Amino acid sequence: MTYIPHSPKERDEMLATIGVEKLEDLFKAIPAAHRYPDLDLPPALTEMEAAAELSEIALANETTAELVSFLGAGVYNHYIPAAINHILLRGEFYTAYTPYQPEISQGTLQAIFEYQSMMAHLTGMDVANASHYDGSTAVAEAVNMAMAQFRGKRKRIVMSQGVHPQYRETTNTYTQFSDMEIVGAEAGSLSTPEALAELIDENTALVIVQYPDFFGRLFDYTKLGEAAHEKGALFCVVANPTALGLLKTPGEMGADMVVGEGQPLGIPMSYGGPYLGFFTTRNKYVRKMAGRLVGESVDSRGQRAFVLTLTPREQHIKRERATSNICSNQGLLALAAGIYMSLLGQTGMRHVAELCYHKAHYAAEQIANIPGFELCNPEPFFHEFTVCCPEPVADINEHLLEHGVLGGYDLGQDYPDMENHMLIAVTEKNSKEEIDALVAILSEVSHD
Amino acid sequence: MTEFTLDAAPKIVEPTLYELSSPGRVGVDFPEPDVPRAKLPDALLRKELPLPELSEVDVVRHFVKLSTFNYSVDSGFYPLGSCTMKYNPKINEDTARLPGFTNLHPLQPIETTQGALVLMFQLQEWLKEISGFDALTLQPAAGAHGEFTGVLIMRAYHQDRGDTKRIKMLIPDSAHGTNPATSAMSGLEVVQIPSDERGNVDLDALRAEADDTLVGMMLTNPNTLGLFDENVEEICQIIHDAGGLMYGDGANMNAMLGIAKMADLGFDVMHYNLHKTFSTPHGGGGPGSGPVGVTAALAPFLPAPIVAVVEEEAEGLPPLYGLVDPSKTVGRVKAFHGHFGVLVRAFTYIAMHGPDGLRDVSEFAVLNANYILARLRDTYHVPYDRICMHEFVAEGRWKDAPDVHALDIAKRLMDYGFHPPTNYFPLIVHEALMIEPTETENKVTLDAFIDAMLKIAEEAHSDPDLLHDAPHPENTPFGRLDEVKAAKDLVLCCWLPEDYGEQ
Repeated sequence: MTYIPHSPKERDEMLATIGVEKLEDLFKAIPAAHRYPDLDLPPALTEMEAAAELSEIALANETTAELVSFLGAGVYNHYIPAAINHILLRGEFYTAYTPYQPEISQGTLQAIFEYQSMMAHLTGMDVANASHYDGSTAVAEAVNMAMAQFRGKRKRIVMSQGVHPQYRETTNTYTQFSDMEIVGAEAGSLSTPEALAELIDENTALVIVQYPDFFGRLFDYTKLGEAAHEKGALFCVVANPTALGLLKTPGEMGADMVVGEGQPLGIPMSYGGPYLGFFTTRNKYVRKMAGRLVGESVDSRGQRAFVLTLTPREQHIKRERATSNICSNQGLLALAAGIYMSLLGQTGMRHVAELCYHKAHYAAEQIANIPGFELCNPEPFFHEFTVCCPEPVADINEHLLEHGVLGGYDLGQDYPDMENHMLIAVTEKNSKEEIDALVAILSEVSHD
Repeated sequence: MTEFTLDAAPKIVEPTLYELSSPGRVGVDFPEPDVPRAKLPDALLRKELPLPELSEVDVVRHFVKLSTFNYSVDSGFYPLGSCTMKYNPKINEDTARLPGFTNLHPLQPIETTQGALVLMFQLQEWLKEISGFDALTLQPAAGAHGEFTGVLIMRAYHQDRGDTKRIKMLIPDSAHGTNPATSAMSGLEVVQIPSDERGNVDLDALRAEADDTLVGMMLTNPNTLGLFDENVEEICQIIHDAGGLMYGDGANMNAMLGIAKMADLGFDVMHYNLHKTFSTPHGGGGPGSGPVGVTAALAPFLPAPIVAVVEEEAEGLPPLYGLVDPSKTVGRVKAFHGHFGVLVRAFTYIAMHGPDGLRDVSEFAVLNANYILARLRDTYHVPYDRICMHEFVAEGRWKDAPDVHALDIAKRLMDYGFHPPTNYFPLIVHEALMIEPTETENKVTLDAFIDAMLKIAEEAHSDPDLLHDAPHPENTPFGRLDEVKAAKDLVLCCWLPEDYGEQ
């Protein structure tokens, strides 16, 4: 099945207008030896066959719909209100391009403006951009922004080991050919703000921590932010947006940038993407921030209207002098997050955060009562916590999976000093029965 | 220049969510906890959460209203050059939303995600076959991200060989802005290479820069003039002779499916834009997906991880697919495995087209572009006029209508119900109008667009103000924007009213 509407007659009329005989004649500029290669691909399917094949492939997965999931580690199984998908499926939104023609793109532009506003308020910051690819690249862009702020004169980044391991890896990839130095491991895997403050010096461009950190721990980073500012460094917090429905904002803690993964805001887990990198900052840094920005203005008819602004920062104008090469972003996912936040509002955002908090604390308390299991960390936590297990996490997870439970994340994969440490996530979707079932199965493990 | 004079407060066409907000409303509710409440960390609680409050119907009507302000592929012809705004088949939206995909956590054990992994493996194989490359990553999130990945791979390759003096990237003057931005972001020195009078890379200028400091060259082919560079093999040879690598920007692959394989032409690395070539929707700015293919020599440097068979098929059991890290990987370029939901759409599209259907896509995309070119070339000057590929670039100016600019033509097209072409790009054409019809438009639509373009050319001479004042209120919901005010006032955020909650 193709979506090509031409009849043979129309095709021939068009060829005649062009002045060639056949379609092949249009491709004479291509070296003859390489023209029309064989493509070894399966034969075309009809829509009905494709629908069946894709359904079959999808059924080969065991998902969080059938399994009871306690897996988080940066991606969270939250309830997605029905209205979101219905709005996203409007072709006017999803089949439009980047809103470069504002006269006929006000839908996208106003939706982004509203998303920017809600994201700024959620994080306690002044301004948000229209999105980055995901949490990891938002972190890498924060590092870029800090390097640009100091024009490469400061070369040290202090990054907590409590920042998502894949975000740190991505940052390392982005910066591998630069001369900057990323420190943080010195403060230990389970670093405290005090230990990180020790690493800040006059050469430090940026201090970056996660809230809650990868292990679920909560710290008030206010003093760390002050320590960064005392040395003239910028301070960035990687935040979980669900947690911000309840918790003190990074803005209140003095952050210069708040970035992170917007997936919890109404975006399906979808095996890793597409997600939503959010990026917020202070007004004074707005010109240093990469990515698209929508601003309010008026049109020639005296109507309030919105338009992409400060575009001279971007690659299509500034080319090799741009702050970033980002072009396509996550527009439709920003729309999803905007719809999510507007459906939940202040009441719903806080309610979901509290549900996560209470359920996670119930789960933690129950698990801590199982002989052989204990909570590894004493700090307050939000909806994810680390459990020290009596056996390797992989073995426990295998056992859990046999009972239809997707266990927590094996921290030993990323932190060699955390063998037998499991990171368990609980959201509003986990019922008390599910938590009790997890506890019951883990109790069997401890008896084995 | 459009005059913007405000003698009253601007008229609000659709209030923002914040203006629609009313205290106490909710759009979705959640149950009370079924577990005992834990003590909240008092010192760490936020004091206020100034988000809007709306009911579900408020939210739905607001966004439906906003959607009516948008032009989209579903609403009409969208000949936006270099963006490949083809029709996005509806089945792709359904397959990407299958619960077996959407409910999958990226860190699940591979034994539970074999469906997703086999789909990704198959898509890797197909994209390799279409481009002729030996290995491929699906991880990059968009075209520019794919470029960045490719350039990192090129640098890593040279460094691995101990060839550390290579710091220069050659980029034609017709290139997308992302190419120089990517190279600069990767710490490289960008050298611009001019185009010759046929729109090809100027070979003498290229030879003059091809030395042993070359990382390589980034070339879009067909280029942004919509022209296939007739010397592409020689260009690749010059770069290779200097020890450099050839990067292919795959933005224009819609002209090349089953027509030529980029690896056969001499390219070493290339990114796709699945959101252009393989019909995954543009989403009002994203998400995209930018898989990168490479030759065998570069395969060890691909980002981690890629999908591979980790246990061969045996004793009636299917093979086990998993995620592996290439031996000299540049690292991961984002978290997890790429834009999986976008990959499902592209997979569906390729499966439905098959090899013949894909070749038809490119043939008819090129047919449509040449048909418009043939009918417009006597009216609009086409500076590099020869058989084009999937798009072409005309000039939106006439000597005898000096006040009319490409922008005015673009805006006037809105009055006729069309999305404008890309304008002011590529930079090497004055007042550029870059027209890409794609294969999914029928002759009737193309004729209507051409007729509008011819009419506008007449109007440009007879009544230029029709263009200057476009779009007109009876045709579009909004007029031209005061962009200066937007940048000067810099209002990037709205708030709840100060007396919110006291009304």
